[in-house]
Amino acid sequence: MSLLDYFRRTKPSTATIAKERLQILVAHERSSKHQPSYLPQLQRELLAVIQKYVNVDNEDISVNFEQDDDQEVLELNIVLPEEMEEKKDTEKDKKFSKKNKRKNHV
Amino acid sequence: MARIIVVTSGKGGVGKTTTSAAIAMGLAKKGHKTAVIDFDVGLRNLDLIMGCERRVVYDLVNVINEESTLKQALIKDKRCNKLFILPASQTRDKDALTQEGVGKVLDELSKDFKYIVCDSPAGIERGANLAMYYADDAIVVTNPEVASVRDSDRMLGILASKSRRATNDEEPIKEYLLLTRYSPERVKLGEMLSVEDVQDILSLHLLGVIPDSQSVLNASNAGIPVILDEESDAGQAYQDVVSRFLGENTPHRFINEEKKGLFSRLFGSK
Repeated sequence: MSLLDYFRRTKPSTATIAKERLQILVAHERSSKHQPSYLPQLQRELLAVIQKYVNVDNEDISVNFEQDDDQEVLELNIVLPEEMEEKKDTEKDKKFSKKNKRKNHV
Repeated sequence: MARIIVVTSGKGGVGKTTTSAAIAMGLAKKGHKTAVIDFDVGLRNLDLIMGCERRVVYDLVNVINEESTLKQALIKDKRCNKLFILPASQTRDKDALTQEGVGKVLDELSKDFKYIVCDSPAGIERGANLAMYYADDAIVVTNPEVASVRDSDRMLGILASKSRRATNDEEPIKEYLLLTRYSPERVKLGEMLSVEDVQDILSLHLLGVIPDSQSVLNASNAGIPVILDEESDAGQAYQDVVSRFLGENTPHRFINEEKKGLFSRLFGSK
């Protein structure tokens, strides 16, 4: 480490950025490993249907799949835009959960 | 029965072949009869790193296709009589490897050898899958760098789901992390992921840290496994790795920066 480096060390280190990016990415990739293969398509089709009625962006919808011992939860999360033609209140996430009880699912 | 060790990573260029050569040589030097197999069909390089490229006559694919016997294809190392190299084919297609064929070769080797080190190709295709399929232990070689860590995590998923032990519901493969090209100086400056960072993300048992060292290139230039360069930091780090793998309690070295004099500290010279 030289003297110059000593004065330069104020912004967050690139190693810290790398670690944060990796933690998010790896967690995401691990969770998506166990989800059913139809999920991405389901997400696209749901988005198409919702966009017919409400003006939402691609990023405003997420489909999650969680698995416990004996139940699977499919969670659909849509962030509604602030100004909406219909009178629904905004900023709040709308959550629809579909519970799917099945035993011995592979 | 032999213990089958796969050296894998997903990403290319992180040091799988260097590691395979070093660990195989280290195990053999400790008196264990060891075979090291190159699974990179079409892009073989283990022969070069081991310095036996001019002695290759038959290869893994020849043995699988019964065009030669295993004995004919195995190259005995000139420096250590406990070490044998089974090269990959340079001319064949990757699809020349079959699960059955590889299984047969490993079975035959198991009768005679204590350790079989499988040098996996990069990627997650057939060669890589077959290299890890029969493994008992997996050494996941990782550089402290985002792409390598991500690919290692992907490889861990594959080890846990597609190996023989996984498909047969047996005890899972023992997985070890080997961090290579590590630079304590850059870690200290915040320019490189630290050992702890990588372990936090991958949560693997740390087998060792190999410092980023000029001796690795020097060794490969000469066709000598770097573990034989006993003066070098990387050579010593690999020796530690081998003893740790054999169950010895060897403390980690080369993780922290060496102390420097005032002069180099002020002017940043190496």
